[in-house]
Amino acid sequence: MKNLSQISNPFNDDKVIANCGLFGMMSLEKNTFSGSDIIKAIANMRVRGNGLGGGFAAYGIYPDYADLYAFHIMFQSRSAKEQTESFLEGSFKIVAKEEVPHRYAIGVSDPPLVWRYFVETPKGVSDEYADDYVVEKVMIINTKIDDSFVFSSGKDMGVFKGVGHPEDIGNYFCLEDYSAYIWVSHSRFPTNTQAWWGGAHPFSILDWTVVHNGEISSYGTNRNFLEMRGYYCTMHTDTEVMAYAVDLLIRRHRLPVDIAAKIMAAPLWTEIDQIDDEEEKQQLTVLRQVYSGLLINGPFTVIIAHQGEMIGLGDRVRLRPLVAGIKDDMLYLSSEEAPMKLIRPDLEYTWIPKGGEPIIGKLDTKEVIYQNKPVQVGVNKDAVNIAA
Amino acid sequence: MLSTLLPEFKIERDDSRCIRCKVCVRQCGFKTHRYDEEDDTICSSEENCVGCQRCAVMCPTNALTIKPHDWGYRPNANWSKDHFRELHRQAESGGVILTGSGNDKPYRIYWDHIVLNASQVTNPSIDPLREPMELRTYLGRKPEKVEYDPVNKKVYADMPPQVMIEVPIIFSALSYGAISYNAWKALLMAAKEAGTLCNTGEGGWPVELRGYSNRVIAQCASGRFGVDLDYLNSASIVEIKIGQGAKPGIGGHLPGEKVSSDVSLTRMIPEGTDALSPAPQHDIYSIEDLSMLIYALKEATHYEKPISVKIAAVHNAAAIASGMVRAGADIIAIDGIRGGTGAAPKIIRDNVGIPVELALASVDKRLREEGIRNQASILVAGGFRNSGDIIKAIALGADAVYIGTAALVAMGCTICQKCYTGICNWGICTQDPYLSKRLNPEIAKRRLVNMIRGWSLEIKEMLGGMGINAIESLRGNRHHLRGVGLEQWELDVLGIKGAGM
Repeated sequence: MKNLSQISNPFNDDKVIANCGLFGMMSLEKNTFSGSDIIKAIANMRVRGNGLGGGFAAYGIYPDYADLYAFHIMFQSRSAKEQTESFLEGSFKIVAKEEVPHRYAIGVSDPPLVWRYFVETPKGVSDEYADDYVVEKVMIINTKIDDSFVFSSGKDMGVFKGVGHPEDIGNYFCLEDYSAYIWVSHSRFPTNTQAWWGGAHPFSILDWTVVHNGEISSYGTNRNFLEMRGYYCTMHTDTEVMAYAVDLLIRRHRLPVDIAAKIMAAPLWTEIDQIDDEEEKQQLTVLRQVYSGLLINGPFTVIIAHQGEMIGLGDRVRLRPLVAGIKDDMLYLSSEEAPMKLIRPDLEYTWIPKGGEPIIGKLDTKEVIYQNKPVQVGVNKDAVNIAA
Repeated sequence: MLSTLLPEFKIERDDSRCIRCKVCVRQCGFKTHRYDEEDDTICSSEENCVGCQRCAVMCPTNALTIKPHDWGYRPNANWSKDHFRELHRQAESGGVILTGSGNDKPYRIYWDHIVLNASQVTNPSIDPLREPMELRTYLGRKPEKVEYDPVNKKVYADMPPQVMIEVPIIFSALSYGAISYNAWKALLMAAKEAGTLCNTGEGGWPVELRGYSNRVIAQCASGRFGVDLDYLNSASIVEIKIGQGAKPGIGGHLPGEKVSSDVSLTRMIPEGTDALSPAPQHDIYSIEDLSMLIYALKEATHYEKPISVKIAAVHNAAAIASGMVRAGADIIAIDGIRGGTGAAPKIIRDNVGIPVELALASVDKRLREEGIRNQASILVAGGFRNSGDIIKAIALGADAVYIGTAALVAMGCTICQKCYTGICNWGICTQDPYLSKRLNPEIAKRRLVNMIRGWSLEIKEMLGGMGINAIESLRGNRHHLRGVGLEQWELDVLGIKGAGM
């Protein structure tokens, strides 16, 4: 088995320490738009990164192959590509493949090969089991095939990431040529890792992506909890733990996002004690009892996205910044307010969400949910603190 | 036969300070001091002195100094004072040397070789005076997951019984009989006030104190003293005692001198008889027998209470613990080599068992590797001296710790190790009414609650320093620990890195 932790965490620290800038934007009407705006926005927070990692996730970019799993895979050698391709051929039906388009760009050095494959699961794999099948294959590529790493593996979406400032990475991957209805971006400031393209954010499995700003002080506890449930934290990063926690709670345990948020950023016992409704109190108590090992402690903000949803969540005592903004059909989530205003000067409604309260942009109902109810801009005053 | 034993302690009385008030004479249950009316002087029989310091503390003029005797035997690195003393005693008596309290031998205390982390720069430390800091813990088996019902938008879990403690510190098994009624009552009251639990030990639970609080772990030990349905159902948790850290492999022995009428009533045995707990539970000769007793107790308590199983920390603790969990234990308690006792053969106390730090680390790891760590809470016991030891135990994987000796010390105990004699000048480990009334349960309770409060504040400070605001996020989080001065094998067992790495 290859040792990803050696690549990701070369100094063998407890884990990779990184702090960051985040930006996400979503059209609740599923209007698609290019990557130009998000590159501009994330570049505006350049001081939040140090050029050792930048990346993007985009949803709705492959409408022609919308029903196929789109694998974005990086290779650091030709032989890695050959091995991975033969593994893919043995595991899937490859409908289309190509190198991900890129251009030579300033600020990006030593890029690996990045290819994309549009694949179908084989006939014997039932629809129900297809996601698990894909996860299993991704884990094999990531842990067994040297010099290969899967950036993303979801349908009608893709992750583009690498070593460099995010605007340079965006430029390198020609993101202005893609049209997506959700864009998420990340600018990374790691303190103890060397340049490795796989280590940049977003982290992704299937169509789930996580970008993360924070340092999880509960890392060891969270990792124990996840490893007991079959996740191998091979990269020693907080974000990996985040991504697996989301996968366990939402995909495997089938919990809705707001409940997952109540686990990862659990309400305080003093808050639970004050709830009058006995049933609600009992619900929250049970969640904390069963999932105490997934309470994410320490500072964090995440933007989690998958097909049809974009979620912002901060830790329960708000030790990392998160700002939300709404204008027309657009939801913006960002580490800072300025970049939102930069790309949307007419943005009127922004607010700083409470710690532990998720903001959920939902395509199906075309709503933004905050504090368990839809945000109605201009009406729902307690939800929206007008930045003006 | 002439005794060849020299006194253990030397008593120095400053005659210019002594006012002949005779407090020391009355305070010493071992009859060390004696007033000579003719000479108006106080004489001391040093051979009786156990070094408990009661007389020195109570002396109004600080006229007394009690210190270990500096014997003039030829120094010998092999034959220590203790070896001499014990062999002389045995040559005189032909018996087994008894002792009380925990192992005092210099086995490595791993807590003193483990240091904690704190946040700097990349992660803010949290100030517990300004931010919430949570120590609440739930003991009991946890299900693998919750189920979500999308129609009602509710979560459901098949939740086994849980017992909440506000601090991860529980009063360990100290039986009524071993300790005085007042001391036992103080622990019961303190557990209620501090939001934690106390453990009955194997001495039963006086009936009149059952209505006062259910913050009790009722022990079911091999002697089954005081066990009936009401006893089991009055408690929050029932604990099967298999072993004790101070005397792994052997049973309990409460000398008949301590079996007063009240103790006999509570233990359901005749007054003045030795209360002998068999070495094994005679209905448990194997793991499947344990399972049957666990489920018998679950049946008896209507599946409303977690069942704990307590073992002494021994070589195969990890495998044994795994079996216990699979046998149905909701809580496993591990008592290490430094765990205390009211009475045990000294040779056992000093030589059998392993340090609890190592046992805890291996048990927590094994349960995780087998994917069953959620199925039981882990309690550890055996020599916890302060909040630093406790927080390190939690980072090694404990859910909460048992404190026995520390609780006794908070009440006034000076660890003179004479618990087995039935005489305790501090009124703690005795059934002599003249001695036991010295301990005021209200004041003893206050001292215990103060200790828990002080330690809680310290734990919160240390948690905050690590950037953590809930104790569950430290549980098993060994990344926050580093070893200093340990061998590689020890670091490997503890699952921690050396400092600087």
